[in-house]
Amino acid sequence: MKPLEGKTAVVTGAAQGIGRAICLRLAEDGANIAGVDVAQDVLEETGAMVREKGVQFLGLQADVSRFDQMREAVAKVAQTFESIDIMVNNAGITRDNFLIRMSEEEWDRVLAINLKGVFNGIKAVARTMTKQRSGRIVNIASVVGMTGNVGQANYSASKAGVIGLTKTAAKELAKRNVTVNAVAPGFIVTPMTDHLSEEAREAALSSIPVGCFGQSEDVAAVVAFLARTDAAYVTGEVIRVDGGMAM
Amino acid sequence: MSDEIRDKVVGLVAERMGVEPEQITEATHFVNDLQSDSLDMAELVIDLEEGFDLTISDEDAQKIETVGQAIEYIKQSQQQSQ
Ligand SMILES: NC(=O)c1ccc[n+]([C@@H]2O[C@H](COP(=O)([O-])OP(=O)(O)OC[C@H]3O[C@@H](n4cnc5c(N)ncnc54)[C@H](O)[C@@H]3O)[C@@H](O)[C@H]2O)c1
Repeated sequence: MKPLEGKTAVVTGAAQGIGRAICLRLAEDGANIAGVDVAQDVLEETGAMVREKGVQFLGLQADVSRFDQMREAVAKVAQTFESIDIMVNNAGITRDNFLIRMSEEEWDRVLAINLKGVFNGIKAVARTMTKQRSGRIVNIASVVGMTGNVGQANYSASKAGVIGLTKTAAKELAKRNVTVNAVAPGFIVTPMTDHLSEEAREAALSSIPVGCFGQSEDVAAVVAFLARTDAAYVTGEVIRVDGGMAM
Repeated sequence: MSDEIRDKVVGLVAERMGVEPEQITEATHFVNDLQSDSLDMAELVIDLEEGFDLTISDEDAQKIETVGQAIEYIKQSQQQSQ
Protein backbone atom coordinates (compact mmCIF):
# COMPACT_ATOMS: atom_id res chain seq x y z
CA MET A 1 0.00 0.00 0.00
CA LYS A 2 1.21 3.50 -0.84
CA PRO A 3 2.05 5.67 2.19
CA LEU A 4 -0.73 8.23 1.57
CA GLU A 5 -3.35 5.89 0.07
CA GLY A 6 -6.88 7.16 0.73
CA LYS A 7 -5.71 10.48 2.15
CA THR A 8 -6.75 13.89 0.87
CA ALA A 9 -4.25 16.72 0.49
CA VAL A 10 -4.92 20.41 -0.13
CA VAL A 11 -2.03 22.24 -1.79
CA THR A 12 -2.05 26.01 -2.36
CA GLY A 13 -0.11 27.60 -5.20
CA ALA A 14 -0.59 24.29 -7.01
CA ALA A 15 -0.46 25.56 -10.59
CA GLN A 16 3.30 25.58 -11.11
CA GLY A 17 6.74 25.34 -9.54
CA ILE A 18 7.13 23.78 -6.11
CA GLY A 19 3.34 23.54 -5.58
CA ARG A 20 2.91 21.45 -8.72
CA ALA A 21 5.80 19.17 -7.71
CA ILE A 22 4.22 18.70 -4.27
CA CYS A 23 0.88 17.76 -5.89
CA LEU A 24 2.58 15.20 -8.11
CA ARG A 25 4.65 13.68 -5.32
CA LEU A 26 1.69 13.37 -2.91
CA ALA A 27 -0.35 11.87 -5.77
CA GLU A 28 2.41 9.35 -6.44
CA ASP A 29 2.23 8.42 -2.77
CA GLY A 30 -1.50 7.75 -3.24
CA ALA A 31 -3.23 10.91 -1.99
CA ASN A 32 -6.17 12.59 -3.71
CA ILE A 33 -5.30 16.21 -4.40
CA ALA A 34 -7.22 19.47 -4.10
CA GLY A 35 -5.15 22.18 -5.79
CA VAL A 36 -5.78 25.83 -4.97
CA ASP A 37 -4.43 28.65 -7.13
CA VAL A 38 -5.36 31.99 -8.66
CA ALA A 39 -4.15 30.81 -12.08
CA GLN A 40 -7.04 28.59 -13.13
CA ASP A 41 -5.84 27.50 -16.58
CA VAL A 42 -2.33 26.52 -15.48
CA LEU A 43 -3.87 24.76 -12.49
CA GLU A 44 -5.72 22.49 -14.88
CA GLU A 45 -2.37 21.39 -16.35
CA THR A 46 -1.33 20.28 -12.88
CA GLY A 47 -4.71 18.56 -12.59
CA ALA A 48 -4.17 16.54 -15.75
CA MET A 49 -0.72 15.45 -14.56
CA VAL A 50 -2.08 14.47 -11.14
CA ARG A 51 -4.91 12.40 -12.63
CA GLU A 52 -2.36 10.48 -14.69
CA LYS A 53 -1.07 9.13 -11.38
CA GLY A 54 -4.42 7.43 -10.85
CA VAL A 55 -5.81 9.65 -8.10
CA GLN A 56 -8.55 12.28 -8.03
CA PHE A 57 -7.89 15.98 -8.53
CA LEU A 58 -10.10 18.89 -7.59
CA GLY A 59 -9.03 22.30 -8.91
CA LEU A 60 -10.14 25.33 -6.93
CA GLN A 61 -9.65 28.94 -7.90
CA ALA A 62 -9.05 30.98 -4.77
CA ASP A 63 -6.77 33.72 -3.50
CA VAL A 64 -5.08 32.54 -0.31
CA SER A 65 -4.96 36.09 1.03
CA ARG A 66 -8.77 36.16 1.10
CA PHE A 67 -10.12 34.50 4.22
CA ASP A 68 -13.58 33.79 2.81
CA GLN A 69 -12.28 32.40 -0.47
CA MET A 70 -10.04 29.96 1.37
CA ARG A 71 -12.85 28.91 3.66
CA GLU A 72 -15.16 28.28 0.71
CA ALA A 73 -12.48 26.38 -1.21
CA VAL A 74 -11.75 24.09 1.72
CA ALA A 75 -15.48 23.56 2.31
CA LYS A 76 -15.69 22.25 -1.25
CA VAL A 77 -12.82 19.87 -0.55
CA ALA A 78 -14.64 18.56 2.52
CA GLN A 79 -17.78 18.01 0.42
CA THR A 80 -15.91 16.19 -2.34
CA PHE A 81 -13.63 14.00 -0.25
CA GLU A 82 -14.27 12.22 3.03
CA SER A 83 -11.57 13.90 5.04
CA ILE A 84 -8.86 16.54 4.84
CA ASP A 85 -5.67 14.90 6.03
CA ILE A 86 -2.92 17.10 4.66
CA MET A 87 -2.71 20.87 4.14
CA VAL A 88 0.28 22.32 2.32
CA ASN A 89 0.44 26.12 2.44
CA ASN A 90 2.76 26.76 -0.46
CA ALA A 91 1.42 29.79 -2.36
CA GLY A 92 3.84 32.67 -2.19
CA ILE A 93 5.14 35.67 -4.11
CA THR A 94 8.14 37.99 -4.15
CA ARG A 95 8.14 41.76 -4.71
CA ASP A 96 11.82 42.52 -4.22
CA ASN A 97 13.15 45.99 -3.61
CA PHE A 98 15.66 47.71 -1.39
CA LEU A 99 14.07 48.65 1.88
CA ILE A 100 14.56 52.35 1.17
CA ARG A 101 12.74 51.93 -2.15
CA MET A 102 10.08 49.47 -1.04
CA SER A 103 6.53 50.72 -1.36
CA GLU A 104 3.79 50.13 1.16
CA GLU A 105 1.94 48.17 -1.51
CA GLU A 106 4.90 45.83 -2.03
CA TRP A 107 5.09 45.20 1.69
CA ASP A 108 1.35 44.66 2.16
CA ARG A 109 0.87 42.35 -0.80
CA VAL A 110 3.73 40.01 0.15
CA LEU A 111 2.62 39.84 3.77
CA ALA A 112 -1.00 39.27 2.75
CA ILE A 113 -0.23 36.30 0.51
CA ASN A 114 2.80 34.75 2.21
CA LEU A 115 1.84 35.18 5.86
CA LYS A 116 -1.87 35.86 6.14
CA GLY A 117 -2.37 33.28 3.42
CA VAL A 118 -0.87 30.63 5.68
CA PHE A 119 -3.05 31.76 8.59
CA ASN A 120 -6.10 31.53 6.33
CA GLY A 121 -5.08 28.06 5.18
CA ILE A 122 -4.56 26.78 8.71
CA LYS A 123 -7.84 28.33 9.89
CA ALA A 124 -9.71 26.75 7.01
CA VAL A 125 -8.66 23.19 7.90
CA ALA A 126 -8.05 23.36 11.66
CA ARG A 127 -11.62 22.56 12.68
CA THR A 128 -11.86 19.55 10.42
CA MET A 129 -8.49 18.21 11.53
CA THR A 130 -9.08 18.72 15.25
CA LYS A 131 -12.44 16.99 14.94
CA GLN A 132 -10.83 14.11 13.07
CA ARG A 133 -8.10 14.08 15.69
CA SER A 134 -5.52 13.77 12.95
CA GLY A 135 -3.89 16.00 10.39
CA ARG A 136 -0.66 17.17 8.81
CA ILE A 137 -0.01 20.82 8.05
CA VAL A 138 3.14 21.78 6.15
CA ASN A 139 3.97 25.43 5.51
CA ILE A 140 6.50 26.46 2.90
CA ALA A 141 8.78 29.08 4.44
CA SER A 142 12.23 30.00 3.11
CA VAL A 143 15.79 30.09 4.42
CA VAL A 144 15.70 33.88 4.03
CA GLY A 145 13.13 33.87 6.84
CA MET A 146 16.04 32.73 9.02
CA THR A 147 18.93 34.66 7.50
CA GLY A 148 17.42 37.77 5.91
CA ASN A 149 18.31 38.75 2.36
CA VAL A 150 19.15 41.98 0.60
CA GLY A 151 16.12 43.26 -1.29
CA GLN A 152 13.66 41.01 0.52
CA ALA A 153 12.55 42.86 3.64
CA ASN A 154 8.92 42.05 2.94
CA TYR A 155 9.55 38.46 1.83
CA SER A 156 11.96 37.53 4.63
CA ALA A 157 9.63 39.06 7.25
CA SER A 158 6.71 37.08 5.84
CA LYS A 159 8.70 33.83 5.91
CA ALA A 160 10.01 34.47 9.44
CA GLY A 161 6.37 35.04 10.34
CA VAL A 162 5.43 31.69 8.83
CA ILE A 163 8.00 30.00 11.07
CA GLY A 164 6.58 31.64 14.21
CA LEU A 165 3.04 30.80 13.14
CA THR A 166 4.08 27.20 12.46
CA LYS A 167 5.47 26.78 15.97
CA THR A 168 2.43 28.27 17.69
CA ALA A 169 0.02 26.20 15.62
CA ALA A 170 2.12 23.11 16.39
CA LYS A 171 1.79 23.78 20.11
CA GLU A 172 -1.94 24.48 19.97
CA LEU A 173 -2.88 21.52 17.80
CA ALA A 174 -0.47 18.93 19.18
CA LYS A 175 -3.00 17.40 21.55
CA ARG A 176 -5.32 16.76 18.62
CA ASN A 177 -2.73 14.72 16.77
CA VAL A 178 -2.29 17.45 14.17
CA THR A 179 1.35 18.20 13.36
CA VAL A 180 2.47 21.52 11.92
CA ASN A 181 5.88 21.87 10.32
CA ALA A 182 7.66 24.23 7.98
CA VAL A 183 9.93 23.46 5.06
CA ALA A 184 12.47 26.16 4.24
CA PRO A 185 13.77 25.89 0.68
CA GLY A 186 16.95 27.62 -0.39
CA PHE A 187 17.42 28.34 -4.09
CA ILE A 188 15.04 26.16 -6.12
CA VAL A 189 14.72 26.27 -9.91
CA THR A 190 11.12 27.43 -10.56
CA PRO A 191 9.34 30.23 -12.44
CA MET A 192 9.87 32.32 -9.28
CA THR A 193 13.64 32.19 -9.63
CA ASP A 194 13.71 32.18 -13.47
CA HIS A 195 13.70 35.94 -13.74
CA LEU A 196 16.80 36.45 -11.57
CA SER A 197 19.88 37.93 -13.22
CA GLU A 198 22.89 35.80 -14.13
CA GLU A 199 24.86 37.74 -11.56
CA ALA A 200 22.38 36.96 -8.79
CA ARG A 201 22.38 33.29 -9.75
CA GLU A 202 26.16 33.03 -9.67
CA ALA A 203 26.32 34.76 -6.30
CA ALA A 204 23.71 32.30 -4.99
CA LEU A 205 25.46 29.29 -6.44
CA SER A 206 28.77 30.15 -4.78
CA SER A 207 27.03 30.09 -1.39
CA ILE A 208 25.59 26.59 -1.81
CA PRO A 209 27.88 23.85 -0.41
CA VAL A 210 26.43 21.05 -2.57
CA GLY A 211 27.24 23.18 -5.61
CA CYS A 212 23.95 23.20 -7.49
CA PHE A 213 20.47 24.66 -7.31
CA GLY A 214 17.64 22.61 -5.86
CA GLN A 215 14.73 21.16 -7.80
CA SER A 216 11.06 21.39 -6.84
CA GLU A 217 11.09 17.62 -6.31
CA ASP A 218 13.68 18.03 -3.54
CA VAL A 219 11.19 20.15 -1.61
CA ALA A 220 8.27 17.86 -2.45
CA ALA A 221 10.09 14.83 -1.04
CA VAL A 222 10.42 16.46 2.38
CA VAL A 223 6.78 17.58 2.34
CA ALA A 224 5.76 14.01 1.49
CA PHE A 225 7.70 12.70 4.47
CA LEU A 226 6.08 15.19 6.87
CA ALA A 227 2.65 14.25 5.50
CA ARG A 228 3.02 10.60 6.42
CA THR A 229 1.32 8.99 9.38
CA ASP A 230 4.64 7.81 10.76
CA ALA A 231 5.99 11.38 10.96
CA ALA A 232 3.68 11.87 13.96
CA TYR A 233 6.48 12.75 16.39
CA VAL A 234 7.86 15.59 14.26
CA THR A 235 6.08 18.88 14.92
CA GLY A 236 6.98 22.56 15.12
CA GLU A 237 10.10 21.76 13.09
CA VAL A 238 11.65 23.81 10.30
CA ILE A 239 13.48 21.67 7.77
CA ARG A 240 15.85 23.42 5.41
CA VAL A 241 16.02 22.07 1.87
CA ASP A 242 18.85 24.24 0.65
CA GLY A 243 21.93 22.19 -0.18
CA GLY A 244 23.54 23.46 3.01
CA MET A 245 23.20 27.13 2.08
CA ALA A 246 21.95 28.45 5.43
CA MET A 247 23.56 26.14 7.96
CA MET B 1 -38.48 23.54 23.01
CA SER B 2 -36.33 24.12 26.06
CA ASP B 3 -35.63 20.43 26.44
CA GLU B 4 -34.47 20.36 22.85
CA ILE B 5 -31.84 22.96 23.66
CA ARG B 6 -30.75 21.05 26.73
CA ASP B 7 -30.46 17.78 24.86
CA LYS B 8 -28.51 19.37 22.06
CA VAL B 9 -26.04 21.06 24.41
CA VAL B 10 -25.57 17.82 26.34
CA GLY B 11 -25.05 15.98 23.07
CA LEU B 12 -22.42 18.44 21.87
CA VAL B 13 -20.59 18.36 25.20
CA ALA B 14 -20.69 14.56 25.29
CA GLU B 15 -19.30 14.28 21.80
CA ARG B 16 -16.62 16.87 22.33
CA MET B 17 -15.43 15.46 25.66
CA GLY B 18 -15.85 11.81 24.76
CA VAL B 19 -18.33 10.90 27.53
CA GLU B 20 -21.83 9.40 27.54
CA PRO B 21 -24.73 11.92 27.58
CA GLU B 22 -26.18 10.12 30.62
CA GLN B 23 -23.14 11.13 32.63
CA ILE B 24 -23.86 14.82 32.07
CA THR B 25 -26.18 16.99 34.17
CA GLU B 26 -26.71 20.75 34.47
CA ALA B 27 -24.28 20.72 37.38
CA THR B 28 -21.49 19.13 35.38
CA HIS B 29 -18.46 21.39 35.61
CA PHE B 30 -16.33 21.50 32.46
CA VAL B 31 -12.97 21.70 34.20
CA ASN B 32 -13.63 19.86 37.48
CA ASP B 33 -15.83 17.07 36.15
CA LEU B 34 -14.81 16.70 32.52
CA GLN B 35 -11.14 17.72 32.85
CA SER B 36 -11.51 20.02 29.87
CA ASP B 37 -8.58 22.30 29.13
CA SER B 38 -8.62 25.71 27.47
CA LEU B 39 -8.41 24.21 23.97
CA ASP B 40 -11.38 21.92 24.71
CA MET B 41 -13.32 24.98 25.88
CA ALA B 42 -12.41 26.94 22.75
CA GLU B 43 -13.59 24.06 20.59
CA LEU B 44 -16.75 23.61 22.62
CA VAL B 45 -17.62 27.27 22.22
CA ILE B 46 -17.27 26.86 18.44
CA ASP B 47 -19.44 23.71 18.61
CA LEU B 48 -22.13 25.72 20.41
CA GLU B 49 -21.82 28.62 17.98
CA GLU B 50 -22.18 26.32 14.99
CA GLY B 51 -24.86 24.18 16.60
CA PHE B 52 -27.11 27.10 17.52
CA ASP B 53 -26.06 29.58 14.83
CA LEU B 54 -24.94 32.32 17.17
CA THR B 55 -21.72 34.04 18.19
CA ILE B 56 -20.39 33.90 21.72
CA SER B 57 -17.92 36.63 22.67
CA ASP B 58 -14.71 35.56 24.40
CA GLU B 59 -15.85 37.49 27.45
CA ASP B 60 -19.14 35.59 27.66
CA ALA B 61 -17.43 32.29 26.92
CA GLN B 62 -15.18 32.67 29.94
CA LYS B 63 -18.18 32.87 32.23
CA ILE B 64 -19.50 29.50 31.11
CA GLU B 65 -18.20 26.95 33.59
CA THR B 66 -20.97 24.37 33.80
CA VAL B 67 -23.28 22.64 31.36
CA GLY B 68 -26.23 24.41 33.02
CA GLN B 69 -24.65 27.78 32.39
CA ALA B 70 -24.13 26.91 28.73
CA ILE B 71 -27.80 25.89 28.38
CA GLU B 72 -28.89 29.05 30.14
CA TYR B 73 -26.71 31.18 27.88
CA ILE B 74 -28.12 29.64 24.70
CA LYS B 75 -31.72 30.05 25.92
CA GLN B 76 -31.18 33.69 26.82
CA SER B 77 -29.53 34.61 23.56
CA GLN B 78 -32.26 32.85 21.58
CA GLN B 79 -34.92 34.79 23.48
CA GLN B 80 -33.10 38.04 22.76
CA SER B 81 -32.96 37.32 19.04
CA GLN B 82 -36.69 36.69 18.85
N1 LIG C 1 11.80 28.98 -5.77
C1 LIG C 1 12.57 29.19 -4.71
O1 LIG C 1 13.79 29.28 -4.81
C2 LIG C 1 11.94 29.27 -3.35
C3 LIG C 1 12.82 29.40 -2.25
C4 LIG C 1 12.29 29.47 -0.97
C5 LIG C 1 10.91 29.44 -0.80
N2 LIG C 1 10.10 29.33 -1.88
C6 LIG C 1 8.67 29.31 -1.61
O2 LIG C 1 8.06 28.20 -2.22
C7 LIG C 1 6.72 28.51 -2.56
C8 LIG C 1 6.47 28.19 -4.02
O3 LIG C 1 7.38 28.93 -4.79
P1 LIG C 1 7.63 28.69 -6.35
O4 LIG C 1 9.07 28.95 -6.57
O5 LIG C 1 7.04 27.44 -6.75
O6 LIG C 1 6.82 29.96 -6.91
P2 LIG C 1 6.01 30.13 -8.28
O7 LIG C 1 5.88 31.59 -8.49
O8 LIG C 1 6.64 29.32 -9.34
O9 LIG C 1 4.59 29.50 -7.93
C9 LIG C 1 3.76 30.09 -6.97
C10 LIG C 1 2.32 29.67 -7.25
O10 LIG C 1 1.49 30.31 -6.28
C11 LIG C 1 0.38 30.88 -6.95
N3 LIG C 1 -0.11 32.04 -6.20
C12 LIG C 1 0.45 33.27 -6.13
N4 LIG C 1 -0.31 34.07 -5.40
C13 LIG C 1 -1.40 33.35 -5.01
C14 LIG C 1 -2.56 33.66 -4.23
N5 LIG C 1 -2.75 34.86 -3.72
N6 LIG C 1 -3.46 32.68 -4.02
C15 LIG C 1 -3.29 31.44 -4.57
N7 LIG C 1 -2.22 31.11 -5.32
C16 LIG C 1 -1.28 32.06 -5.53
C17 LIG C 1 0.89 31.26 -8.32
O11 LIG C 1 -0.17 31.40 -9.25
C18 LIG C 1 1.82 30.10 -8.64
O12 LIG C 1 1.12 29.05 -9.24
C19 LIG C 1 6.53 29.98 -2.20
O13 LIG C 1 5.93 30.10 -0.94
C20 LIG C 1 7.93 30.50 -2.18
O14 LIG C 1 8.05 31.63 -1.36
C21 LIG C 1 10.59 29.25 -3.15
